[in-house]
Amino acid sequence: MNRLTSVSDMEKLQKELASRNQPERPVVTLCQGTGCKAYASGKIYKAFEKELALRGLTQKVSLKSTGCHGFCEQGPIIVILPEEICYCRVKPEDIPEIVEKTLVEKKTVDRLLFTDPVSGEKFAHESEIPFYKYQRRVIFGKNRLVDPQNIEDYIGLEGYSALAHAITRLNPEKVLLEVKKANLRGRGGAGFPTGIKWETTRNAPGEKKYVIVNADEGDPGAYMDRSLLEGNPHLVLEGLAIGAYAIGAREGFVFVRQEYPLALENINKAVQQAKEYGLLGKNILGSGFDFDVTVKRGAGAFVSGESSALISAIEGSAGEPRPKHVNAAVSGLWGSPTSLNNVETWANVPLIMNKGAGWYGSIGSDKNPGTKIFSLVGKVNNTGLIEVPLGTPLRNIIYDIGGGIKDGKKFKAVQTGGPSGGCIPEQHLDVPVDFDRLSQMGSMMGSGGMIVMDEKSCMVDVAKYFMQFLKEESCGKCISCRAGIKEMHEILERITLGEGCEKDLEQLTDLAWITENASLCALGRTASNPVISTLKYFREEYKAHIREKHCPAGVCKALIHYSIDPERCNGCGRCQKVCSVEAVEGEKGAPISINNDFCIRCGICQEACRFNAVMVE
Amino acid sequence: MITLTINGKKYEAQKNQNLLQVALDNGIEIPHLCYHEKLSPYGGCRLCQVEVTKGKKVELTTSCTYPAVQGIQVETETPRVQRARRLMMKLILPMAPESPKIQKLARELGAEYIPSSCRSREKGDSCIKCGLCIRACEELVGVSTITFSSKGPERKVVPPFEEEPESCIGCGTCVHVCPTGCITMEDLGRKRKLERWKRILNMKVCNDCSNPYIPAAQVDYYLKRTGDTTLTEWFDLCPDCR
Repeated sequence: MNRLTSVSDMEKLQKELASRNQPERPVVTLCQGTGCKAYASGKIYKAFEKELALRGLTQKVSLKSTGCHGFCEQGPIIVILPEEICYCRVKPEDIPEIVEKTLVEKKTVDRLLFTDPVSGEKFAHESEIPFYKYQRRVIFGKNRLVDPQNIEDYIGLEGYSALAHAITRLNPEKVLLEVKKANLRGRGGAGFPTGIKWETTRNAPGEKKYVIVNADEGDPGAYMDRSLLEGNPHLVLEGLAIGAYAIGAREGFVFVRQEYPLALENINKAVQQAKEYGLLGKNILGSGFDFDVTVKRGAGAFVSGESSALISAIEGSAGEPRPKHVNAAVSGLWGSPTSLNNVETWANVPLIMNKGAGWYGSIGSDKNPGTKIFSLVGKVNNTGLIEVPLGTPLRNIIYDIGGGIKDGKKFKAVQTGGPSGGCIPEQHLDVPVDFDRLSQMGSMMGSGGMIVMDEKSCMVDVAKYFMQFLKEESCGKCISCRAGIKEMHEILERITLGEGCEKDLEQLTDLAWITENASLCALGRTASNPVISTLKYFREEYKAHIREKHCPAGVCKALIHYSIDPERCNGCGRCQKVCSVEAVEGEKGAPISINNDFCIRCGICQEACRFNAVMVE
Repeated sequence: MITLTINGKKYEAQKNQNLLQVALDNGIEIPHLCYHEKLSPYGGCRLCQVEVTKGKKVELTTSCTYPAVQGIQVETETPRVQRARRLMMKLILPMAPESPKIQKLARELGAEYIPSSCRSREKGDSCIKCGLCIRACEELVGVSTITFSSKGPERKVVPPFEEEPESCIGCGTCVHVCPTGCITMEDLGRKRKLERWKRILNMKVCNDCSNPYIPAAQVDYYLKRTGDTTLTEWFDLCPDCR
């Protein structure tokens, strides 16, 4: 490939790529994201190659590795275009049948179609599946169309057109104005207007300026930035380059945590390819604009996702937050004006430039335009990555897209925003999800984690879990954060062990207050949210643990005991077989009982019982 | 020159000063543990909280890391500030309950230690991880012998690999700046021992009275740093015999 030296070069390449495209030709897209890869999607790819060659179809069918489609629990996922037939949980041995039936006979393999866990209905086409149907995937949707390791795939889908247009037809002020008009807000969590951040960086004195992609996503259960970087790295790079042009930066960094090997591989490849194609480097497309990107690996500290800590880490110091009385936009990386944005924020930029701020503003709600990618996990029927317009009510997300609560259980709470988000109860389910409303409810947007909990989740235990996580991830600089979180964790632990006392609730409130008010960075300042929100909405549950030494959800091991309902038990003995401490007593054939002196409350008997005879109290 | 208001009264400050220094220079007491005027501010103990009003924004912040800015209003004794200091001290006290300085500060801020049956605070090793010793060793002495290691509650101050640090000259600056007295230095005849850093140094002996009086490493470092070889002889005698 020759370096593209002008916009007409690029348009020529796009035309050529379009002419190669045959709309009738079947394309098998196969997710090679981390989730599907774990289920051997690499082997499936090979099985396809083999089967197509065997039948002489290699020239007639295209095979494409793509990034994450979002519906990871159903992986490995295959979508066959142009019909968009979607197969779920595919195994390598299914491939001959798929080729035979779908590619040759044009029929569907019904057993591999998505089956709704509640209604039992099967769906042949991707767009009909409720999980996808209620989404609006303007950013994430491209993941399933491009091979992240092939820049031509991205260019063929009008990729880099926004950059080409911006740097050759618009002046930087115009680009900045468009992003400001779109009112794009930072997807990293705080929702700060990106245009204003860029403007501050642009106007700040200093010869050298920097742009940074924050891909140090570390929330438990959240992986949207990972999937974007793995699945469509050029989208992020294009956004970054446009931002650099608007700001006046010539150098950019992508800071990726090292636990994301595929994201690192794909972004590194993307940077290299973009350089080869002349879309990064000196004099991009003959415009006179120079821009270079370096990929930096994080060392795995959660706190490095905090902007000032991340900047320290790029500079080569420990990832420790600094006071931000002088904004990074004025004095950031090596003291130079720096605009640092989240992966998803950068990915929004090409879209705004291509379709205009007016179009962008038509999606989402008034002060919260655009879409947001969430990681919907926990006790819902459909889990995965979803993209919805900001302002979509939680209820729609959980019940329409998520398909409601698993096993017909009752909804209890949803925790949004990662480990330092708050738990939102049933009565607030109709609140539209946006930056402002979530913080009003004592939670936050955060990076977009959404953990759904059912009636079998103990809120004290949930708060304890997040304090444990944050305790270990605090950098330890501020005593309020280091000791405050540790003490909250200790108190919560005691409560779950049945050793809590009345004073504990008061102590928790004080500790939550000091951690929130006295700490330096966002980690400490938001760490109390799980405690504050559960104390606010689920105080009775705390009291039950403290006063009655009772865990209403039946989770806290020290406070529960198992028993057997003699009405339901038919004495099959399955529970007796699996019990590792011989706590299940009785003769086979007659109702059995559990000796609580021996029982370690592991719950394996309950899992083993086919008659729902094991009860927790 | 910058003019700002502290507790309703106007004060002048230099451009690069922080609020804590401005207050202290003007006789306004703000409790602090990790700040030293000769060292760069760190903001770890979170005790020197004040309320700053800048335009419409009112925030609780540490005064040692907040720069003196024209026109801001600073309040050092509001109920919010007092609550923050009291609760901070409640967190700090169990880390160094034996330290007289910490005990005194806790009494002043109304944060008495309650050895209640309800609480099970772990007793610390008297180090509050304020980092004064690290900064003093780096910025004043210039040898950077110690640093923070680990994160969260595991954070500690250690020499590299937690082995005896060859770079330590035994000057005792860390001992001097430590607010809790958790770093000890003992002179045992011809040896000096810094238990916390696992450092044992040979002492230089006075040519006249034969008394050991300074670590040999400290003399070497001084001569190397100043490049002044004429001082070699000067170090042959102890201060008493000079």
